Amino acid sequence: MANAIIEFKSVTKQYDNDPPVLDDVSFEIERGKFYTLLGPSGCGKTTILRLIAGFTEASDGEIYFNNKITNHVPANKRQVNTVFQDYALFPHLNVFENVAFGLRIKKMKNAEIEQKVKEALSFVNLEGYENREIREMSGGQRQRVAIARAIVNEPEVILLDEPLSALDLKLRTEMQYELRELQRRLGITFIFVTHDQEEALAMSDEIFVINKGKIQQSGTPTDIYDEPINRFVADFIGESNIVTGKMVQDQLVEMVGKRFECVDGGFQSNEPVEIVIRPEDLEITTVERGKLQVKVDSQLFRGVHYEISSYDQDGNEWLVHSTKKAVVGEEIGLYFDPEAIHVMRFNETEEEFDKRLEAYTDGSGHGK
Amino acid sequence: MENKVTRQLYMVPYVLWIVLFVIAPILLVLYYSFFNIEGQLSLDNYQKFFTPVYLKMTLSSFWYAFLITAITLLVAYPTAYLLTKTKHKHLWLLLIIVPSWINLLLKAYAFLGIFGTFGAANQFLELIGIGTQQILFTDFSFIFVSVYIFIPFMILPIFNSLNQLNPTLLDAANDLGASKWMTFKRVIFPLTIDGVKSGCQVVFIPALSLFMLTRLIAGNRVITLGTAIEQHFLVTQDWGMGSTIAVFLIIFMFLIMFLTGTKKRGV
Ligand SMILES: Nc1ncnc2c1ncn2[C@@H]1O[C@H](COP(=O)(O)OP(=O)(O)OP(=O)(O)O)[C@@H](O)[C@H]1O
Ligand SMILES: [Mg+2]
Repeated sequence: MANAIIEFKSVTKQYDNDPPVLDDVSFEIERGKFYTLLGPSGCGKTTILRLIAGFTEASDGEIYFNNKITNHVPANKRQVNTVFQDYALFPHLNVFENVAFGLRIKKMKNAEIEQKVKEALSFVNLEGYENREIREMSGGQRQRVAIARAIVNEPEVILLDEPLSALDLKLRTEMQYELRELQRRLGITFIFVTHDQEEALAMSDEIFVINKGKIQQSGTPTDIYDEPINRFVADFIGESNIVTGKMVQDQLVEMVGKRFECVDGGFQSNEPVEIVIRPEDLEITTVERGKLQVKVDSQLFRGVHYEISSYDQDGNEWLVHSTKKAVVGEEIGLYFDPEAIHVMRFNETEEEFDKRLEAYTDGSGHGK
Repeated sequence: MENKVTRQLYMVPYVLWIVLFVIAPILLVLYYSFFNIEGQLSLDNYQKFFTPVYLKMTLSSFWYAFLITAITLLVAYPTAYLLTKTKHKHLWLLLIIVPSWINLLLKAYAFLGIFGTFGAANQFLELIGIGTQQILFTDFSFIFVSVYIFIPFMILPIFNSLNQLNPTLLDAANDLGASKWMTFKRVIFPLTIDGVKSGCQVVFIPALSLFMLTRLIAGNRVITLGTAIEQHFLVTQDWGMGSTIAVFLIIFMFLIMFLTGTKKRGV
């Protein structure tokens, strides 16, 4: 693609004879967008960033930068800057000199350095902190110094490795807004790593969900939330009710011994499948009106909603998010729209998934 | 309350030690330094110290100590750096440290053998066609052996500070466009300067007062302040002058400690 700034083609990374850390990973990063790499600890997120930055080399496959193969270009020659997880600010330099580091390496004139550093610091709301020592800065401020140190070099891509994980919840939410806003203003491509799904959903143009060295699914936050490709993605992104069942025919699925109308298609008849229904798509109603009959097991007040855990007669758990209170121990009915049902094939690759989705959607229901 | 008492009790051996073996000798040295060779109370010794003989000796002590420290640093820094890159770095470090546990005299005698006219060094020179040379009792052998003896003391603090260096800082420098050399100059060296300073302290200060080596290896061709003290106490029996030189040596040491003092830096 013409607009792709970074491209991975079948990249594998393996240390010694261990199982590969990244296994045949391919993806494209488009210019000027906010990307998030999301996945559990040890899935290979940092490894992807280190490959892009050039701190380590791929065992196999090609990495393209601006359509040029870049596998063996050393890190100090790449148009990429990193915001490290622990910020990696230089403790012997003050804020100004930390930000100026890259510019001094480029032997820029002092006046120009001064101006650029001031600009970068005001970008991250740190005017007047030039002469502070790093140890005199708070966690949030250090993070902003790290960002300023990266953007001052005007790279084409900024890599951010869990930069918010050390911050408290309030500051973290604040920084999420600031980062997103910053990315829009600068128009630079951001590749952001996190294992916090809410953070990923809130910030990204595009999310890559990674597990065990493979990209499970990529897409916009709504795509991934609404149409998870498999149990891992459904479970990792948000809370979900997942039950097994079978696809009687297109638009008709069977679970918990009943048949339900749905909007998914492209299956073989009677194909075994997994079914996802998000807790907020379930509505509490009377036993008679409900499509499912369940017994309330427990209830938690979550602030915006109640989280109700209930079980059907087969023993499947159904989580419900509802603004209405339920009574523990009572039989209730659960109602949902056909659109709320999302059917997943076993072992379907992302390519096959996309193809199938294209084949049966006609613009109604699932928008892709 | 009781806690405080027991803590003070624990301090007793330590305080006793300091008073008996550190403070008292220094005071004694100071006391003796005010008596001239005839045993009269005077400032003669201090006047004598500022005569050309002693000033030259001081200067040469400093010069040799400086050379020894500089060469030791040049050898120790890269060695410590390579050590931190090896797989079993603590084992390697131990192997380098072990020789420093061997008595100094023993090592000096070993070098007498190696550098002697029929020693291994000369056999090698003979073999490559240069022929037997006078190695012992030269500046070269003195500095060589001193450097050899001090290297472990220099490596240890430098190794420690290199080892504490956060490796992502090197990635960060690299990420910001710094080459290997730039990274060394702007990040690694400044961040390990504290280790270098303490290494230089533990080498320079003892090097100022080396005396056994000056006799054994340098054949008394090199006279340092340490040699002078030894001579005054053991040969000329001028304890007053010996003490005065010792007083100056102590002053120099404090000056050096003060000048190279390390500020604690933390992040
Ligand atoms: N130098 C290395 N040698 C051997 N294995 C390594 C090395 N670096 C990373 N790994 C392995 O690669 C896997 C992926 O590591 P990576 O740092 O990419 O995970 P991550 O997704 O960033 O995890 P986290 O969220 O915990 O930071 C891990 O299992 C790790 O043990
Ligand atoms: Mg990581």
